[in-house]
Amino acid sequence: MRNAEKKRGWLVPLGLVLFLGSGLLSLCVGSLDFSPVRLMALFLGKEDGAAASILWYSRLPRTLACLLAGAALSVSGAVLQSVLSNKLASPGIIGVNAGAGLGVTLCCAAGALSGWAVSGGAFLGSLAAMLIVAFFCGWVSASKTTVILTGVALNSLLNAASEAVTVLDPDVAALNTEFRVGGFSAVTYSRLLPAGALILFSLLVLLTLSSQLDVLALGDETARGLGLAVGRCRMLFLMLAALLAGAAVSFAGLLGFVGLIVPHFVRLLTGSASRRLLTLCILWGGAFVALCDLAARKLFLPFEMPVGILMAVLGGPVFVLLLVKTKGGHRHD
Amino acid sequence: MIEITGLCSGYRRRQVLHGIDLSVPDGSVLTILGPNGCGKSTLLKSMLGFVPLSAGEVSLNGLSVAHASPRQIAQTAAYLPQQRSAGDLLVGQLVLHGRFPYLHYPRTYRTEDREIARQAMEEMGIAALADTPLRELSGGMRQKAHIAMALAQQTPIIVMDEPTTFLDVGQQVKFGRMVQKLAQGGKTVVLVLHDVLAALTISNKIAVISEGQLLCCKTPSQILSSQVLEHLYGVKISAVETASGTCYYYQAQEEMK
Repeated sequence: MRNAEKKRGWLVPLGLVLFLGSGLLSLCVGSLDFSPVRLMALFLGKEDGAAASILWYSRLPRTLACLLAGAALSVSGAVLQSVLSNKLASPGIIGVNAGAGLGVTLCCAAGALSGWAVSGGAFLGSLAAMLIVAFFCGWVSASKTTVILTGVALNSLLNAASEAVTVLDPDVAALNTEFRVGGFSAVTYSRLLPAGALILFSLLVLLTLSSQLDVLALGDETARGLGLAVGRCRMLFLMLAALLAGAAVSFAGLLGFVGLIVPHFVRLLTGSASRRLLTLCILWGGAFVALCDLAARKLFLPFEMPVGILMAVLGGPVFVLLLVKTKGGHRHD
Repeated sequence: MIEITGLCSGYRRRQVLHGIDLSVPDGSVLTILGPNGCGKSTLLKSMLGFVPLSAGEVSLNGLSVAHASPRQIAQTAAYLPQQRSAGDLLVGQLVLHGRFPYLHYPRTYRTEDREIARQAMEEMGIAALADTPLRELSGGMRQKAHIAMALAQQTPIIVMDEPTTFLDVGQQVKFGRMVQKLAQGGKTVVLVLHDVLAALTISNKIAVISEGQLLCCKTPSQILSSQVLEHLYGVKISAVETASGTCYYYQAQEEMK
């Protein structure tokens, strides 16, 4: 058992290197490239002017946003997959991101464009969407495929509601195309800081609850037999997953597929033991989004592609592959 | 010791069990028999507080289930449900979860927990499989891993719902011996089985349930002479003494006419 835990022990250090390395690259590379030495000088305040402004007001919030959103959405996806016992579940697919998007849209319509109100609105929207899917599927004892299809239907409904609000209220024009596909070009501290605090809080709490998550993934009856208060625990995990997804959407927009690709890839490498799974999702998820954002910035120069488009191109085929694989294993599901 | 008095329970507005009275002494095996849908699994779940009681009382080693926390119940009775998720866990990780009821927040497993889990795996003969993913095991071996998890829980009571479903004949015989050994070691074992012959062989007492009511709770020989199983299942069950003990067999009643 201990041997198995030690196996592939390099995954965490590698993840850490990738996480920090991608963050560094994201800080250094852009319309104006900085060498690491110059970056250090800028951080230490030895240089002023345009370069310093770019670093402090564009590059740094963007990099932090990429790392936080990647970590939050990956962990949210991993938690949802364990709690719903469904490898296809992710916040982008079952309507949780769309719920958060509607929350943000309504906040903007009400005049709140940044701060805690937007993060709170996103959280309430994502939580409402998650509870609708979880309770509906529990109520009708839905199969795994039905859970996903219910989420897809809810996703469309919530996105349509967001569109309707945007059309009816011209003030919501602040939510541009980039918000709808997900991107980081317009990230500001006023949106990032409250959401970042919520993300860090949720990640810390989840890391201390990893044994509970493992036991919950054994199935309701086994978990009850081991003394877990199943209903209360499931609700807590759903709330934390909604908090993570909602907070990420509040500054990154409707970034899809991160919560599907990263947990699935990490599970393939390390299995389902939650503490390791969640740690690796934080590191690899943050690095994945930061590198995708870097690619979206540099690949199509002089244009900048919203990173959500790149994610969709990568994530769509992975979702179909997973769907085929899952159906292959459960032909009567 | 399990004491059940006047137990009534069910789901939403549908009452499944009607006034069950049972007593299971320490160090004995009780098997619950009955046709499909008669409420056997519901009785197990009600005993452990998973299904709320509408009337009656259950006491597990003096612990009133109605007033106990899930954690207290899990420290008193281990439960192996009928449907179990294989998951992506390793065998060793699954067995270690048997120690979950004894941990406090943030529920990190200790060295002594790992040692108890290792002993449980050795007892079930699966110590070599500790690093094997559950999904790579046969149904029988997976079953053993779940039983090892129940052993690691170190409870005086073990409750199992159809534990022999995925086992071949040889494994079923070994399972029967293991259950008897557990009872001899002082544990109280409650089983739901479909295999009537196995129940007659391994149980100290058999409770027969039909349509949510307890028809009788007697020793295997009393059950055999009462002919309650013949009425219930429509088969004639007979015993024959052999060098290795009493063996049971059945014939369909039409064949006998």
